[in-house]
Amino acid sequence: MTLLPAATNKKLGLVIDLDTCVGCHACVVNCKEWNTSGYGAALSDQDPYGANPTGAWLNRIHTFEITPDKPKGQGEGEVIGVTDEARVVHFPKSCLHCEDAPCVTVCPTGASYKRAEDGIVLVEEDKCIGCGLCAWSCAYGAREMDIAAGVMKKCTLCIDRIYNEELEEIDRQPACVRTCPAGARHFGDLGDPNSDVSLLVKERGGFDLMPEQGNKPVNKYLPPRKRTRLGEGTPATAAIADDTSEAGGLLGWIDRALSGDKRKGAR
Amino acid sequence: MHPALSVIAFTTLSGAGYGLAFVLALGHGNPAALSTKLGWFVALLLIAIGLLCSTLHLGNPQRAWRAFSQWRSSWLSREGVMAVLTFFPLTVLAAMSVLGDTFNLALGYAVAIMCGLTVYCTAMIYASLRTVPSWHTGWTPAVYLMFSMTAGTLIYLSFFGPASGTMSNRIWIMLALVFLVVAWGVKFFWHRRSKAVGYGQSTQESATGLGHIGSVRLLERPHMTGNYLTNEMGFRVARKHEAKLWFITLLVGFAVPVLLLLLALLVPMMAGFLSMVGTLSLLVGLFVERWLFFATARHAVGLYYGGDEALVPSD
Ligand code: SF4
Ligand code: SF4
Repeated sequence: MTLLPAATNKKLGLVIDLDTCVGCHACVVNCKEWNTSGYGAALSDQDPYGANPTGAWLNRIHTFEITPDKPKGQGEGEVIGVTDEARVVHFPKSCLHCEDAPCVTVCPTGASYKRAEDGIVLVEEDKCIGCGLCAWSCAYGAREMDIAAGVMKKCTLCIDRIYNEELEEIDRQPACVRTCPAGARHFGDLGDPNSDVSLLVKERGGFDLMPEQGNKPVNKYLPPRKRTRLGEGTPATAAIADDTSEAGGLLGWIDRALSGDKRKGAR
Repeated sequence: MHPALSVIAFTTLSGAGYGLAFVLALGHGNPAALSTKLGWFVALLLIAIGLLCSTLHLGNPQRAWRAFSQWRSSWLSREGVMAVLTFFPLTVLAAMSVLGDTFNLALGYAVAIMCGLTVYCTAMIYASLRTVPSWHTGWTPAVYLMFSMTAGTLIYLSFFGPASGTMSNRIWIMLALVFLVVAWGVKFFWHRRSKAVGYGQSTQESATGLGHIGSVRLLERPHMTGNYLTNEMGFRVARKHEAKLWFITLLVGFAVPVLLLLLALLVPMMAGFLSMVGTLSLLVGLFVERWLFFATARHAVGLYYGGDEALVPSD
C-alpha cells in the first residue's frame, strides 16, 4: 500500500555526526557486505574488475569542502581570517526514512511502503517492476536499482539485524552503526523525545537535509563543532603538565634540584 | 535526467495517438469513409506502440500488471488504469467505424474526455516530482495536452486533407495553425520557466546543511566512476548544444509545419501533400522536444554530485 501511514508508533532512524566522521568508508563496506547476503536480492556489481565498475550501494560517502565567505574589504588571494572555519567534511548518505516519503506514494505497484510500527521505508521486491520512479522522486539519491535483479534497492535500517534475537544484544543495530570506528553513527527512536538520539540531536543542533523538499526526513545530521583556535585551551593543559607536586623520592629530588628551589612541587 | 528512448517514444507516440483519437471521438470524419477507418487504426496503433515502449525500460516487465493497483497515490498507476479504461470504449468506437460504418456521439464524448485524462496522467507522472523543479509545474500537463491535441489535429488533417471539400479543409488547416501557435506558446513559457528555475530552492548548501559555515563544493565523489544515480539523474546536455537543439525543435516542430500549412492555404491543390509533410515535421520536432524535456531537467540529487559545474560536459 503506497498511501503513507498517518503516524508511526516509532521513528527509527540514524543520527550522523559530521564532526566525527573520518570518511573511512567502513560503514559503506559493511553495509554492502551485510545487505548483499541478507534481505532480498544480492547487491550486484556490473563489470566489477573492469575499467568502469558500477554497482548498487545503499550507503555512500561524499566529501565536501566548505569555504566561509570572505570578510568584507578583504582582497583577492588574502586568506587571513577565511581559513578559520574552512574545512573538509565527510558526508555519509543513506535513506533518511522520510515521514513524508515521496518514494512510497509514487510507486505504482505497492512494492514501496512505510511501516506503521517503526517508520522504516522498505521495498517488497517480489512486487517491484523496476520502473525506477521512486528513485526519481528521492531528492537524496537513497535508492539504487539493482541492474541484475531489476528491482529497487534501499537501506532497510538493517531490519534483519535490529529485531534479530539470534544476534547478541550489542549487534542488534544497523551494520553501519555497529562498524563505525569513529562513533559517528547513532541509531534509535527519533520519535521519542527522551531517547539518546533525540537528546543528542537537541544538544548538538541536529538538522534535516533539504527541508525545502518537504519530505520530513527522520535521519538527522549533527553539524561540525566550531573550530578551536590554535593555542586555545593550552594554558590550562600546560599548567597541569608542569605540576610536579606529585613527584617524590628520587624524581622529587631531581625536580627540586633542577628547579633550583627547595620547595617541593615548585614551578 | 537520462533521456531514455523508451520513455520518449512512449510519451510522444501515445500522446499523438490519444490526440488523434480525441479528434475522431468528437465525431469528425464520416465513419463510413476509408480515411476515418484508417484514422482509427493509426490512433490505436500509436497508443499501443507507445504503451508497449513504456514497458521496455522496466526491470521486471512480467509484473507490470501490478502497476494498476496503487491509483490512490501514484500518477504512474493512474496513467496505467486510465490507459486500460480508455482502450476498451476506444476499440468499440473504432470497430463501429471499421466494421459497421457507424458512430455514437455519447460514447465519443466519453472517449474524448478519457483520452484527455490519460494524457494528463502521463504528464502528472513528471509534474508531480518535487525533485525536478522544471517539471514540477502546471505548465507541464498543459504542454503535454496541447502537443497531444496539436499532433492529433495535424494527423487528422493529413488523412482528410485530400478527402474533404475545399472549404472544410481550409477550416481544418486554420485550426491546425491555431493549435500550433497556442501549443508552442505554452511550451515557450514552460521553457523560459525551466531555464530560470534550475534546482529550485535547493542548493549544495541546503543539501548538506552546511551553508551556515560557508559555500559548499564537492571535493570527492563516493567513488571514481559513475553509478545508477549519476547515469539516471545526472544527465545534462552541454549548454551550447541545449540552445542549438531548442532552435532545431522550434524550426522542425513549429516553423516548418506553419509555413507548409500556410502554403497549403495558398495552393489548395498541394494541400494534402503539404499537410502530410508538415505533420511529419511536427512529430520529429516533438521527439526532439521530448528528448530535451528529459535531458535538460536538473534533479536535486545532482547537488550531491557537484551540481551543474560537475554534471554539464564542458562546452
Ligand atoms: S530518503 Fe529517499 S528513499 Fe529514503 S524515505 Fe526519503 S525519499 Fe524515500
Ligand atoms: S522501481 Fe519498484 S519500488 Fe520503485 S516505484 Fe517502481 S515498482 Fe515501486
